[in-house]
Amino acid sequence: MNDVHALSGAYAVDALDDVERARFERHLAECGDCRGEVDSLREAGALLAATAEEVTPPGALRERLLAEVGTVRPLPPVVASAPRATLPTPSVAAHRPPRVRTFVAAAAAAVITLGAATTLAITRPWDDAPAPSLVASPTDRVLAATDAERYVQKFEDGSKAVVVRSKDLNQAVIITSGMSEAPDGSVYELWLDHDGEMVAAGFMPDGPDNEVLLSGDAATATGLGISVEPEGGSPEPTLEGAVIIPFENA
Amino acid sequence: MRLVSDAIPGEAGSTSSGRARPEDVTVAARDAAQELNEALRCCARGDQSAFARLYDACSSRAYGLAVRVVRDPAQAEEVTQEAFLEVWRTSARFDPERGSALSWVMTIVHRKAVDRVRSAEAATRRDVAYQHKNQPVPHDVTAEAAHASLEARRVRGALSSLTQVQREAIELAYFGGYTHTEVASMLQLPVGTAKTRIRDGLIRLRDALGVGR
Repeated sequence: MNDVHALSGAYAVDALDDVERARFERHLAECGDCRGEVDSLREAGALLAATAEEVTPPGALRERLLAEVGTVRPLPPVVASAPRATLPTPSVAAHRPPRVRTFVAAAAAAVITLGAATTLAITRPWDDAPAPSLVASPTDRVLAATDAERYVQKFEDGSKAVVVRSKDLNQAVIITSGMSEAPDGSVYELWLDHDGEMVAAGFMPDGPDNEVLLSGDAATATGLGISVEPEGGSPEPTLEGAVIIPFENA
Repeated sequence: MRLVSDAIPGEAGSTSSGRARPEDVTVAARDAAQELNEALRCCARGDQSAFARLYDACSSRAYGLAVRVVRDPAQAEEVTQEAFLEVWRTSARFDPERGSALSWVMTIVHRKAVDRVRSAEAATRRDVAYQHKNQPVPHDVTAEAAHASLEARRVRGALSSLTQVQREAIELAYFGGYTHTEVASMLQLPVGTAKTRIRDGLIRLRDALGVGR
């Protein structure tokens, strides 16, 4: 993990897998040096495209795009310290055309909250709390598991969730990048879906980029759910705005 | 891949008003970059005609890159469409302090193209499509292409200053859409070294081309 900086070049040309990418983006959020380096290497990388032959796309593509942008609203700029009240909430989805993708995206375009206490609870330090430098954390073990399965969920606002599950370890980790905050007074709660029965599995901490180890039996789960709940969580997920990421052959 | 610049070198930058001098080309390139910045700013405000200008300025390069990475023209078209929609949607996130508008657009196109080839389903389709690949893709060579070829030659020149391993690693990653781990295996490098070659190579490329910081 010490040579995380060395991933800047591979990141700049999209040569990281989903998990590496999500982790590196988390690192980028904290490392100004890497951000600067990635920007400059991307600039160089994009020039490689100049060596590919230019090809005029079919005219119909232009027409389709010009028609389509008329129906898509550009996202607002990222404003530092945006007031929470203006952040997207799931109810926004109700005003949109009834398209499933939009609905799901608007739901997930909000995402996250809850403090250090909960984070401790989900990482379950009592299970094994040796010095982190000597032993891989439970999260790292899941990510490195030989039977790790990966599920990627992208959202229309560019945010992304990667879920990694190891049946052998009976654990799953969710890694988010670029998630916007949960609406004021609410939190993002995580669930494990057991054939339709949703079992609470923890909360997403504050911030756009997180890595959370889920509690509960991941091996037998059929999917992972994210829902918006009042602070403190709910006994059952609020279905409106909930996102389910299904697992394969659970 | 064919060099567009097999035209006579002296004609590369020429216009109807006569042969362009190198400094004219530089100024023209700078103006073009300014126009793209402006077009993106206007897109963020919902200006659809600005989007049309941006599309006209970048689409053949974008589609060319998509074709190079995903190979199948139909999929490349879908990738280009997704990418330009994303450009429109996220135009307010473009920050001219961090890089040029063109590279921002190409970064989005590249990312979409790579996402496409990495999906297993697309991979099989790509293999099938590759059988038909030698059908010529329709294209036209314009003055714009001639100007672009100057840049292509510069980039090729810079690429030739890299070590062979650096160059191969970068090309497999960028045009092949492979991860650094896959690149390491393809080039029979020890695990973990391909990412270093890619980074070192990009740094050298960046410095040779005088871009970024």
